[in-house]
Amino acid sequence: MQMAEPDNLFETDVLVIGGGTAGPLAAYKAKTANPALNVLLLEKANVKRSGAIAIGMDGLNNAVVPGFATPEQYVREITIANDGIVDQKPILAYAERSFDMIRELDDWGVKFLKDENGDYDVKKVHHLGAYVLPMPNGANVKKILYRRLRQAQTLISNRFMATRLLRGADGRIAGAIAVNSRTAEILVIRAKAVILAMGAAGRLGLPASGYLWGGYENPTNCGDGYAMAYHAGAELSNLECYQINPLIKDYNGPACAYVGGPFGAYTANSEGARFIECDYWSGQMMMEFYRELHGGKGPVFLKFNHLASETVAEIENILHHVERPSRGLFHAGRGADYRRDMVEMHISEIGFCAGHSASGVFVDEHARTTVEGLYAAGDMASVPHNYMLGAFVNGAIAGEDAARFAASAPLAEYDAGQVEAERLRVRAPLSNDDGLPPNQVEYKIRRFVNDYLQPPKVTRKYEIAQQRFAEIRADLPRMMARDPHELMRALEVYSILDCADMAAAASLFRTESRWGLYHYRMDYPEPNDADWFCHLQLFKDENSRMACRKRPIEPYIVPIDATEKDAYHRLRIPAHA
Amino acid sequence: MPIANNPSEMPVKIDAEKCIADKGCTVCIDVCPLDVLRINPANGKAHMRYDECWYCLPCAIDCPTKAVTVAIPYLLR
Repeated sequence: MQMAEPDNLFETDVLVIGGGTAGPLAAYKAKTANPALNVLLLEKANVKRSGAIAIGMDGLNNAVVPGFATPEQYVREITIANDGIVDQKPILAYAERSFDMIRELDDWGVKFLKDENGDYDVKKVHHLGAYVLPMPNGANVKKILYRRLRQAQTLISNRFMATRLLRGADGRIAGAIAVNSRTAEILVIRAKAVILAMGAAGRLGLPASGYLWGGYENPTNCGDGYAMAYHAGAELSNLECYQINPLIKDYNGPACAYVGGPFGAYTANSEGARFIECDYWSGQMMMEFYRELHGGKGPVFLKFNHLASETVAEIENILHHVERPSRGLFHAGRGADYRRDMVEMHISEIGFCAGHSASGVFVDEHARTTVEGLYAAGDMASVPHNYMLGAFVNGAIAGEDAARFAASAPLAEYDAGQVEAERLRVRAPLSNDDGLPPNQVEYKIRRFVNDYLQPPKVTRKYEIAQQRFAEIRADLPRMMARDPHELMRALEVYSILDCADMAAAASLFRTESRWGLYHYRMDYPEPNDADWFCHLQLFKDENSRMACRKRPIEPYIVPIDATEKDAYHRLRIPAHA
Repeated sequence: MPIANNPSEMPVKIDAEKCIADKGCTVCIDVCPLDVLRINPANGKAHMRYDECWYCLPCAIDCPTKAVTVAIPYLLR
């Protein structure tokens, strides 16, 4: 088993890793842009039901629809919502293609809410503009995507977990190494271009319940993409801008204000009173949520019980069938009824996810990372507040650009020594007859993440976390796996620990507070624009150590008015308003 | 060091009467993102093998004979 057998080597033009949301679009657009290319879509689960939208989605959160918003307005909204720390070019590139993508999805059979004239019925949830377009039959999105992939004759390989990227001697991307989660077979894939679409890092913090599989993100999205990009030498941006979401207490889904808000539902304190003007998920909103949760008027609720019964039924019909269909089951188990009871809310575990916040692998407006031939799209790529539609659009951008790149680039030579070293790392847990079960190691890492990394961030706590993580890293070779499934879990633990280390390093480097709760440092409680109005890039330095540096903000292409700049800092409703 | 078995209530239940895995169906096993379902060698029917349920429901929704029931894991119920 030590040497690569010939049938374990596969060659393709474009390799897409991750078949959830961005990945299928990337693969489809790469193949249709140039049908002569071989495109392989690799998926850790099964493309039919994988990723963040495994059971569909209830709507688009960032639709830029003519008549409701312009691309420039959208760029302005996201710039302000993300405290100015954005590259506007990729946001504009998304916004300009947003409407065409909606129409293409509509043609494919995705149903969007329309008014009596047949126009898209866009709702206002953001602080400034209107961008939310409900999808009443959003449960079938994956089925529709799957059909397109089959029609385009994209090759799909399910149950393969990518573990490391390969780079050529010239620095270009050369491919990836993957392991089958049912057989432990190792696959070496040579590719001219590689697109990472591997989702958020959702298994970083531990849910308050302590249940390892109860996180907000699909647990398959454990940060493999972040870890692989890091080890391949790609830069990552603003990882300290965590994802933290308002969720139903003890349940891993929102209640959800994006769905209920347009019907009149709102976030309330224990007195049933509003305390924030806007339910759009931003760091500032989460800060107010956190303050109310831990203040005398906590906990926090989502309030539906003032709405008409028929309105609640309409909301339930969406919430209990799409995105998190077990939501109804959860409420029924506790005898809770939206008509009578306010829904108790809580704060999610921390994670990385540019789709909701801004923590991602750095990409430009062409979805290119800092490694030639390597792309990233979706929740793991650094385009902020990108959501599902952003994953579709940026997946498409990545696919088309990768197709162009692959058409002219030869396969890069890879280092056989790297493959051999990775083979040893990957297979090691199977050779350990006794040792540490991966679930215990994972629990310990994630408990320390909660104890020390969860905001408010405190320098000394972060330093202690780094010590604990280093101790656990020394334990990793002792992990054991009794079968290929447990092997997958053991390898995921490596990614989780890498992400924990990256979260700590990035947060310590930025010595100011920004993005509300996402990066609230108690020993640097104020924003400091003079020193920190910049991106933070995290990367592996020439000594293979984790390093950070500042990266200036590209000059804005859509100017922000001085009076608008702080709009998201004025979310709290004054107590005696 | 020996490995302990910590008992845990499995949230996914499969009605062996309705399940047609023994006739070649693998829908629930295919669609589970966490890959926690397998064929039970004892009776040829699907069963939950790994206690890693995200209670996301594709197994129940996509089952052609409606043999799969998912409960919210007890810790969260």
